[in-house]
Amino acid sequence: MTGRRALYVAGVVVVCAWTVVPIYLLALGALGGSKTVYAWPKPFLPVGFAAENFTAFLHIAGIWPAMLRSVEVALMCMAFSIALGAPAGYALARYAFRGATVYRLVILLTRAFPVGILALPLAVSYVRLGLYDTPLGVALIHTALAMPFAVLISASLFLGIPRELEEAAWVFGCSGAGAFRRIVLPLALPGIAAAAIFAFVISWNEVFAATVLTVRNKTLTAYLLSVLSESPLQTQLAGGLLLILPSVFFIFLVRRYLFAMWGIASR
Amino acid sequence: MADIRIDAVRKSFGALEALKEVSLDVREAEFVALLGPSGCGKTTLLRIVAGLETQSGGRVLIGGRDVSALPPRARGLAMVFQNYAVFPHLTVADNIGFGLQMTRAPADRIRRQVERAAALMHIEALLTRYSAQLSGGQRQRVAVARALAVEPAVLLMDEPLSNLDALLRLEMRAELKSVLAAAGTTTLYVTHDQTEAMGLADRIAVMHEGRIVQIAPPVEVYRHPRTVFVGGFVGSPPMNFLRLAVTGGAVQLGTLALPAPAGRDGAVMLGIRPEDLALVGPEDGFGFRVQVAEPLGPHILATGEAAGQMMRVAIPPDHPVRAGESLHLRPDPARITWMDPDSGRALGAS
Repeated sequence: MTGRRALYVAGVVVVCAWTVVPIYLLALGALGGSKTVYAWPKPFLPVGFAAENFTAFLHIAGIWPAMLRSVEVALMCMAFSIALGAPAGYALARYAFRGATVYRLVILLTRAFPVGILALPLAVSYVRLGLYDTPLGVALIHTALAMPFAVLISASLFLGIPRELEEAAWVFGCSGAGAFRRIVLPLALPGIAAAAIFAFVISWNEVFAATVLTVRNKTLTAYLLSVLSESPLQTQLAGGLLLILPSVFFIFLVRRYLFAMWGIASR
Repeated sequence: MADIRIDAVRKSFGALEALKEVSLDVREAEFVALLGPSGCGKTTLLRIVAGLETQSGGRVLIGGRDVSALPPRARGLAMVFQNYAVFPHLTVADNIGFGLQMTRAPADRIRRQVERAAALMHIEALLTRYSAQLSGGQRQRVAVARALAVEPAVLLMDEPLSNLDALLRLEMRAELKSVLAAAGTTTLYVTHDQTEAMGLADRIAVMHEGRIVQIAPPVEVYRHPRTVFVGGFVGSPPMNFLRLAVTGGAVQLGTLALPAPAGRDGAVMLGIRPEDLALVGPEDGFGFRVQVAEPLGPHILATGEAAGQMMRVAIPPDHPVRAGESLHLRPDPARITWMDPDSGRALGAS
């Protein structure tokens, strides 16, 4: 094995460990119950199976309304991100306009401001606008967070659809909108669905903005943050495991399109 | 059926003038090839006729109707694209029927016309397939069938054969010619391949740097190029050009004296095709020193030097030629094109 190859493998191992080890420990504690959680050294596999962790978690008061609210917020975030992000992505992909490159960077810049800095002024304006403590308000800030990805993913999608196909549609009788509906949209739909799922996941996972901008109507993550500290460790772990499952599942589904966003050919 | 009239069309991209007042009439049922090197503006001109690009000035008339401001769909034309542009999410049948579908034609008429167009291009067996299941040649057939199915007044083709391999291209060329001649469709065809233009077109419009430099039937373009550029671009190998001095109404090509074109002084350019030079005895021709001899089958292509200038000659294959040899050649006087060495234009042509 050459030096470069060794470095490469080491890098892969570190990155995997970075994400996999915490999830592994989480799963271990959640599945194994109190015996595993407090055992040292940790067993490789959970000692027994403790379903009561999960039932205990699911019986925490207020968890179901919070989960529904999370879904509601995530669905709104998904709809807004696509409704605004897909046209922006189309414009980036198809039209050469002044400042397109700058625009592309500015889109990412929205991610450069930590929500922590924005939280106070946002909360103040939300109170003024009547958005404070509403699902819509949380959905809007989540949209702001998910939008850059929606724009970049859909831009790369539209770039992948040859211009000639649209032109052929125009020549053979379509208007601009007709060509988009009959040709571009059907071809882009799987990718747009992926961008939508990604927006859903971003909203589902987001905790900080949701905590700051709500009091009673908290989303699941924000609610758990305030409630779980009173639960035993294994119940917290069970909650954590349940919470990341949808994200892991969805991200796995759409991984191909996330690669496409960064321009890595995956087909 | 309709004629196309391109009237003083200009196009600039910022400071770049892609088209400088181009005018061209394509008669009804005529096949005109726009021929030129890349960047000469031929594709831009085709796209302006299609309505995919907006001209900076001038008009386009199809069948006497000014379509300059109309969107592509309202111009009554069909187009075959360089990369086929077969819709990947539709079957071959739906692709071919797409244009008719858009005109809300009755279903049985669509089916009939799709079948007819598919039969013309020999793709009846592929109607239920998708683009991804087709080879490049089959895709191109679908693209042509899609254009023929709408029975367009005008057919535009943008380098339709350039993505096919050489043998397939030859086959499709012959097929296209017979299908289009039978349909009698007015066709404007963009290509950078002079063989394709020569083989297909009724007339060739040779474009260079945003202008049409010559428009004429293929043989005339070949025999009587209007400019040095046309002579060099059309024909493979290109026409030979020798710069010669005029003294007393004659030019001296090595030991051979030729009458100079009337009224010329100073210098002229003699243009002659490689196959229009005959092997003769030492006293009847000029000396030619062979540097490279390439046996190509139908003839031997000899590259060498005459009167200190580079020249190519096609020599009959039964006459063995080797590098370093000296030959004597005589140009066919009827096939000589005299050019003005300064302007690069043919003498006697307007």
